[in-house]
Amino acid sequence: MSVNEAENILKPPSTIQNVLGFGKKLKAAHIPWIPTFILVLLLFCAVFAPMLAPYDPKEADVLKGVQRIGPFESSENLLGVDILGRDLLSRLIHGARISAFISLVSLGFGAVVGTSLGIISGYIGGKTDAFIMRVSDGVMGFPTILLALIIVAIQGGAGIQNVIIAIMATVWARFARQIRGEVLGLKERDFVTLAVVAGVPAHRIMIRHVFPNVINTVLIIISLLVGQTILLEASLSFLGVGVPPGEPAWGIMVAEGRNNLIDLWWLSLIPGLAITIVVIAMNLFGDWMRDTLDPKLRRS
Amino acid sequence: MFRFILIRIVQSIFTLLVLSVVVFFGAEMTGDQALVLATADTTLEELEAIRVNLGLDKPAYVRYGDYLWDAVRGDLGMSGSQRRSVSEMLIERVPATLQLAAAGLLVAMSIGIPLGILAAVKYNTIFDKFAKAFAVIGMSAPQFWVAIMLIFLFGAKWGVLPTFGKGGIDHYVLPAFAISLFIMAGFMRLTRSSMLEVLDSEFVKFARIKGLSERLVIYKHALKNAIIPVLTFGGVSFAGLLNGAIVVEVVFAWPGLGRMMLDSIRQRDTDVILATILVSGLLYIVMSTIVDILYAYVDPRIRFG
Repeated sequence: MSVNEAENILKPPSTIQNVLGFGKKLKAAHIPWIPTFILVLLLFCAVFAPMLAPYDPKEADVLKGVQRIGPFESSENLLGVDILGRDLLSRLIHGARISAFISLVSLGFGAVVGTSLGIISGYIGGKTDAFIMRVSDGVMGFPTILLALIIVAIQGGAGIQNVIIAIMATVWARFARQIRGEVLGLKERDFVTLAVVAGVPAHRIMIRHVFPNVINTVLIIISLLVGQTILLEASLSFLGVGVPPGEPAWGIMVAEGRNNLIDLWWLSLIPGLAITIVVIAMNLFGDWMRDTLDPKLRRS
Repeated sequence: MFRFILIRIVQSIFTLLVLSVVVFFGAEMTGDQALVLATADTTLEELEAIRVNLGLDKPAYVRYGDYLWDAVRGDLGMSGSQRRSVSEMLIERVPATLQLAAAGLLVAMSIGIPLGILAAVKYNTIFDKFAKAFAVIGMSAPQFWVAIMLIFLFGAKWGVLPTFGKGGIDHYVLPAFAISLFIMAGFMRLTRSSMLEVLDSEFVKFARIKGLSERLVIYKHALKNAIIPVLTFGGVSFAGLLNGAIVVEVVFAWPGLGRMMLDSIRQRDTDVILATILVSGLLYIVMSTIVDILYAYVDPRIRFG
């Protein structure tokens, strides 16, 4: 083997190449248009919420509240107003922002923590591996809402930051488990062995050689978990231990609507429907990503 | 087998201890308990007296030891807001949650499994697609919202079922359905895929060739084999039921453990927070240990794996 060839084998697959390959695979597959459209719409609403929303989501208008404007009854407030006269459509759009923000940030942090631990666990092995896997098994089996409530209780109550930490605490284990399994396989591959022989230090192998090869899996796990994360955030907010009351989060809107269920039932119906539709879309989208990118993961 | 059970029990006790340490010292860091009881005109001396009274002057690890020792003897402290012993409250609340969970499991199995069988038998028909859509919705719709919509339709609009608190059998219908929806979808999906697999196997084909009636083939030969993985899901689904219980109890004002926990978190009632979390953890750990042992009994590979 010439020196050049050895260098080529030693060269880790670049991150950019990996992401490009990812895009190519996606293009070739049959895209589920409706879930993709809903996902794009959610992100669009999240990013441009202040521009899209016709009113300030927290601005009360008692006069309108008394009129009890329902959905499609007024051209000024398309989806009607709540009991305080706040525009439902505007609250819905800002709610998309809260949902998207919390789930992306908590999943992002969860992915970083979980992937790092997964790579360390798989690559180093031994007692470190046993310990990390024991903990992640415990976390994965535990009821998620209960776990999140424990974290919230420890932190002393509601707050966006606390929700993010609580969700992170429940999701990192999925990453750690899956990634560790993959690293166990990668560890035996030639480019890692050669890197070891060449004297590359372990931390560098993990970052430069192993990590780029698990990015695909990380993205798949994220897409599979977005729906569950949105659901968890909504549940915590509904229970009053998530996003602080008064914020236009979907879970809180359902909870507020509950107080006037008999005559203003749509105040609960509409935000709940929004959660359901978004979560269905995310679940379908995640399933599709997994099936097209990595059918091996199907059963896990 | 005995060794396996022993190891599993020791493991679960250890898990519970870890949970108690995390929760106890976590709650410790959130703030001074004495300040919660203090009012605006409490003097510093009085505050100190409260601390001594509650034992807060001792270091945290000593108090943890005391707590554990008391807990083992059944004393879990006092509820600050209710002025009652926590153990007494738990004795009322835990059975209510277990009853709700059992009712939910029953509903989930009795709707989910038949639906799954039908979907597999009528594979790729409109019925199958309908069942699949139902499973997707069941997995995605937030339980608190489903619960509220059930209250609106069956309670407020049609007035056919009670929507509040615990009582006769009719009080169970709506909460049990709401709590079951998520795992019902799971049962359905699993039964469907398990049934499809079995229906495609050699012995089913043979039974058909023998000229047995379709009913006999499906319910006697295929179902018996397909149901095993479905039943194991019953054990796993306990986590889902506990999750649902917290939310559904709040919506239906069900006097269970979940609502007690949530109230205590809102009122910063430390003893109750600790006790409810530990008891929920205990319930979950005991349940999964029993399920594990049962699996090992059925499947020797787990025992020696």
